[in-house]
Amino acid sequence: MSEQYKSSTELERAPVIEPGHTFGTVTEKISAIVLTRPATNGWFIGFGIAFMMTMMLLFALGYLFLKGTGIWGVTIPIGWGFAIVNFVWWIGIGHAGTLISAILLLLRQTWRNSINRFAEAMTLFAVAAAGVFPAVHVGRPWLAYWLFPYPNTMRVWPQFRSPLMWDVFAVSTYATISALFWFTGLIPDFATLRDRSEKRWIKMVYGMLSFGWRGSARHWHRYETMYLLLAGLATPLVLSVHTVVSFDFAVGIVPGWHTTIFPPYFVAGAIYSGFAMVLMLAIPIRKIYGLEDFITERHLQNSAKVMLATGLIVAYGYGIEAFMGWYGGDPYDAFTLWNRLHGPYAFWYWSLLSCNIFIPQVLWIRKLRTNPIALFFVSLVVLVGMWLERFIIVVVSLHRDFLNSSWGMYYPTRWDYMTYFGTIGMFLAAMFLFLRFLPAISIFEMRTLLPEAEVKE
Amino acid sequence: MTNDEKNNGGLVQIKTREDICPTKRLDLGTVREKIDAATAHDTAEKTGPEYWRSLEELAGSPAFQEALHREFPKGASEWLDTVSRRGFLKVMGASLGLAGMTGCVKLPLEPIVPYVRQPENVIPGKPMYYATAVTLGGYANPVLVESHLGRPTKIEGNDLHPASMGGTDIFTQASILGLYDPDRSQTVTSMGDVRSWQAFLGAIRGPLNVQKSLQGAGIRILTTTITSPTLADQIRNFQKIYPQAKWHVYEPVNRDNVLEGAKMAFGQPVETRYDFSKADVIVSLDADFLSAGFPGNTRYIRDFAKRRNPDSGNMNRLYVIESTPSSTGAKADHRLATQARDVEGFARSLAGAFGMSTGIPQASQEQQKVVTAVATELKNHRGSAIVIVGDHQPPVVHALAHSINQLLGNIGKAVFYTDPVDVNPINQAESLKELIADMSAGKVDLLIILGGNPAYDAPADLNFAETLKSGRVPLRVHHGLYQDETAELCQWHVPATHELESWGDTRGYEGTVSVIQPLIAPLYNGKSSIEFVALLSGQAEATGYELVRSYWQKQHTGTDFEQFWRKSLHDGWIESTAFSAKQLSAKNINEQTTLYTVSRDPIELNIRRDPTIYDGQFSNNGWLQELPKPMSKLTWDNAIQIGPKMAERLQLASKDVIELELNGKKVKGAVWIQAGHPDNSITITLGYGRTRAGRVGTAQGFNAYELRTSANPWIASGVKITKTGETYELASTQGMQSMETPDGGYRPLVRETTLEKYKEEPKFAQEEEVPKDITLYPDYHYEKETYAWGMAIDLNKCVGCNNCIVACQSENNIAVVGKEQTLLGRHMHWMRIDAYYQGDRDNPKAFFQPVPCMQCENAPCEVVCPVAATNHSTEGLNDMVYNRCVGTRYCSNNCPYKVRRFNFLLFQDWETPQYKMMRNPDVSIRSRGVMEKCTYCIQRINERRIDTETASVRENKDIRIGDELQTACQQSCPADAIVFGNINDPNSAVSKWKAQARNYSLLGELNTRPRTTYLAEVRNPNPELESK
Repeated sequence: MSEQYKSSTELERAPVIEPGHTFGTVTEKISAIVLTRPATNGWFIGFGIAFMMTMMLLFALGYLFLKGTGIWGVTIPIGWGFAIVNFVWWIGIGHAGTLISAILLLLRQTWRNSINRFAEAMTLFAVAAAGVFPAVHVGRPWLAYWLFPYPNTMRVWPQFRSPLMWDVFAVSTYATISALFWFTGLIPDFATLRDRSEKRWIKMVYGMLSFGWRGSARHWHRYETMYLLLAGLATPLVLSVHTVVSFDFAVGIVPGWHTTIFPPYFVAGAIYSGFAMVLMLAIPIRKIYGLEDFITERHLQNSAKVMLATGLIVAYGYGIEAFMGWYGGDPYDAFTLWNRLHGPYAFWYWSLLSCNIFIPQVLWIRKLRTNPIALFFVSLVVLVGMWLERFIIVVVSLHRDFLNSSWGMYYPTRWDYMTYFGTIGMFLAAMFLFLRFLPAISIFEMRTLLPEAEVKE
Repeated sequence: MTNDEKNNGGLVQIKTREDICPTKRLDLGTVREKIDAATAHDTAEKTGPEYWRSLEELAGSPAFQEALHREFPKGASEWLDTVSRRGFLKVMGASLGLAGMTGCVKLPLEPIVPYVRQPENVIPGKPMYYATAVTLGGYANPVLVESHLGRPTKIEGNDLHPASMGGTDIFTQASILGLYDPDRSQTVTSMGDVRSWQAFLGAIRGPLNVQKSLQGAGIRILTTTITSPTLADQIRNFQKIYPQAKWHVYEPVNRDNVLEGAKMAFGQPVETRYDFSKADVIVSLDADFLSAGFPGNTRYIRDFAKRRNPDSGNMNRLYVIESTPSSTGAKADHRLATQARDVEGFARSLAGAFGMSTGIPQASQEQQKVVTAVATELKNHRGSAIVIVGDHQPPVVHALAHSINQLLGNIGKAVFYTDPVDVNPINQAESLKELIADMSAGKVDLLIILGGNPAYDAPADLNFAETLKSGRVPLRVHHGLYQDETAELCQWHVPATHELESWGDTRGYEGTVSVIQPLIAPLYNGKSSIEFVALLSGQAEATGYELVRSYWQKQHTGTDFEQFWRKSLHDGWIESTAFSAKQLSAKNINEQTTLYTVSRDPIELNIRRDPTIYDGQFSNNGWLQELPKPMSKLTWDNAIQIGPKMAERLQLASKDVIELELNGKKVKGAVWIQAGHPDNSITITLGYGRTRAGRVGTAQGFNAYELRTSANPWIASGVKITKTGETYELASTQGMQSMETPDGGYRPLVRETTLEKYKEEPKFAQEEEVPKDITLYPDYHYEKETYAWGMAIDLNKCVGCNNCIVACQSENNIAVVGKEQTLLGRHMHWMRIDAYYQGDRDNPKAFFQPVPCMQCENAPCEVVCPVAATNHSTEGLNDMVYNRCVGTRYCSNNCPYKVRRFNFLLFQDWETPQYKMMRNPDVSIRSRGVMEKCTYCIQRINERRIDTETASVRENKDIRIGDELQTACQQSCPADAIVFGNINDPNSAVSKWKAQARNYSLLGELNTRPRTTYLAEVRNPNPELESK
């Protein structure tokens, strides 16, 4: 291990942790955010706004339960609208956390240590936000539990050929593993917080959460084993979840859905948007909490590079889709391509291409890659673009399919928007609480990055 | 009376009576008098107790009337503005409060449905069928009504009756909803206040007595077209008592032109009847004889469709010279789009081609080609051709057609003349004019309006409503189904009974008398027209049953009347009452004068009956409002139809609001660009813009009657168009009416060829069929099952009449969603008819394609349902389990035919009691959040299955379901264009159809293997015209 740390610090790149830090300063700096630093007005205002948006979500959902799905813009032929668009978007965002934590852990990319904690938290909250939609978008949400295979007196099982069924398993597994992974990672840090907090009840809370962690060698041994196993479990999930989500479309026969490129291109897109979200969160957080020492230029650069790479995969996906639309010779597919480029939603398709392909190419420029403000905006553009991508796939494919007589248009209603922005509020509110009560950066993993951690033999 | 007490907020409001009317105190003297009077009535008449809700009501205090008006939906005028239609429907559960109060009538002791005691043969769950008739414009539509335990639920055509042969039209199908319409007038009212029958009798007795001495000189009866022998007899009885009383007839969609044309040709009014089964060549001069509303259309469609079989060797050829695009034009082998006022020129030229000197105008240069071709064709088919003229064309065109038909020897072969079906065949516009003149002159003391709604639908130039309002007629009585615009202007309104709840009789287009028998006791306290006229003649106690029966007893000459009567009721028609054909000879038409000597420059305005709500009498019928109009697929509105060329010239787009001005009258409406509409001509339809139709029909669309004059009721010149810059949403149910896609592609959804090419290449439609063996998975062996259900639809026969849609809606309890939801694309029809246009947009070919569920063997909807709510049956049906559906809508997304319908909101009305009675008890009512779809009427399949299986056991032999099992759409189809049955039986009709060369699968290339297939369309154009 030590070899690698050395080599990475020796490279002429920005360090993953600024020089001059010791075990003490790292611990102090990160735990202070939770323990000693008072909550600022800014935090209260930010949390307040996010909380109100969450209430708006509850209101919109309350009205939805009262009236029915008809309050949204969905119709025949566009049976799925914002709800599914948002679901896929959130699930995609939720990919970055696990990717950073698990895959980069296995690949021994130690730079991940400073961003994995809040990336995981982000994943968890994004999956929670995503999880709102499948349950409420159905016509009779009070019966949504019928999608689970549970023993019942009717002796009816779900229909296992349906991709929606696979979704239930994929997403719930992913949510469970992500939560476990995140919590496991937090245990040593809970112990640190327990030890450093002064009030007795705070000590008790963190004490319980830390499961009696004492930092013994045996603890560490078991901890490392478990963490590695979870990482191993989570790794295939990163690929499987969005693959399964893409099956929702790929298994359908709708032109624009029925294509084999979907699984890889959905996964790439998910990572793309996930890293964009990581950057959008990391950039303000490191500024506000003065964590530039821990989340350095190097992290920003690396994330930007991942975006650039996945963005190109996504671009390849669009290219192949268009190519197959033309080359495949299926008139319905060809028309779907034409309709994207020239139909009533053409503006959004071109916006999607700009957001996801053209604009992010500025990341080739090193200066912009290292400029937090520029990165923030590129990430925003990518997030918008990825949302539009799902909109194009879901809505624009459906609105003109096989029979000309049954074509239609989709007009989202205020309830659609309220629900969408409501989940953003819910996500942000959770993030605010997370920053306030839990160490946003993994303390113990950061300590391993210090030169002091190198064991001399 | 608990219901009443709950609703009677009036009692509470009366606390504030002093504020509303501080001076008027309750006069106890008056109250006492009224109580005495009421009690006296009770003991004297004993027909039902009369309730009052408070002393104030009895005293008739204005405060109470005010409270009453606010409390009860008197036409519900004030609620419509603020409450959404759906919300309103819910609130309306309260309306039965009134019915409960006044519905306490003694049931008549007549041996008819509904049963007071359950007779032996009534088995719960087993419907019974009764033959009766429903009328439109006076003409009978003979029907069989399905009755579940005394509740009529579904209307089928009477297959024994020559005017139906089992088919129906949309108005007939939808009349069941009219019966249960909760907005129907429920009580006698005077000046808007609820009154009793006794009160009405008391009020009318005096004036009638006064008139007796005057021989009825001040009495006028205004009716709609009447074909009922009994009612005519009653009115004549009335006229015997009041010899000076005049009977006027007015109906907005009348046949004055037909009548005048006949007079012109024969010197007498005659009815023209056609036999399309005998016609090789049909020339329609603006006659839309294939759509509902044209007398005899049900039979005509059947006969016409029979001759559309390209394999029979005797396929007919249809030429349509028409203005407004219609379904008849869509079925034409040659359609000439021309202004309505130019049809006369065409007719004159055509007559000229047969050597008649016919004067001007003549057909234009371009039309001359068609004239020549048509004339040649007609000459080659002497005795087997029909020239038919639309009701809105001027009399001279009708007269010319009579001459041509006679010259060709068609009379007695394909064209027949009979006595008019109308018992009082007078010029209705003149009749109304005369009445209004009398009214203005103060000659009318008592006006009895029997049905109809002249205050709304009389020609605008006659000012009927104003005259009625002016008070020059001291006593005005309206008898009708609704508290409509006319009822509002009359002091007394008397509720009529619906045809499904009263006795009567009527004639079909060929004269056969149908006896109308009630399926249910009157829901409200109404009287039929026959009973009402009898009441006016002093027979207040006479029941409809007695009146009709005694009339026919008088007419009956044979010995056993009882048997004759029973047979007539059973069959639904009285034998040998059809009019026999007359031998007439038409005069040659030398008239030089014409209506249209005016210049051709001014824009022509066509006013037509609406394809779905007729003249406005169906405006409160949700099924018909939401039924897409055959050509435009518009719902809930009328529009100003403009041809593409003209719209381009005037820079108008669909949904632009324009103002039309004619003779100083103006109306505003939204433009709809209608492919195939002639240039410099626009069309509007009647029946919209109503102010007192009810919760469904009020304030929909614009009122075309405003522009209608008595002189030019159908075709007018010189309408001015002004743009307003506004737009108005029009709800069309079809996304795109072309098989071409905007990228220039073409989708062969309706496959079509000409007869000549078809003979060369009969399998032209099957080019894209997928072989059944290219699959990795083993097939399910449907052929091993007893039954495998399938359907075939002959596109050549389908005339796009929409009847199947309404039949399906009625059979399967399909909800009406309203205009707002239709705009969003959430209409619920399980069966739809897609209309496509192709080619030149000024005169395109048009195609109809009925689309029910395809019941795919490889159903894409089934694999994607996560809860297994939609499954495949062993018989090949794509079943839908409503109770299991959670509503993911994935199945709909994955359905390439988009035949699945989703309950986005609570579309079904679960509260209105009337609707509960109307529904088919064999089909569950879907709630919110559930997907629904066509099931090939599985309830009918299972009913039949139970019957055959029990019979098999009873008779100990294997009895199978045969072709007698029909789906609702199939049963009601007047064209016989739908066939359903067991495809495992090679002898079933559906197997035979599917074996035809024309059989193809819609989107078959997706390998969905649809069980519903289509027989491709084959046209029979004239090669001579086609090459040009």
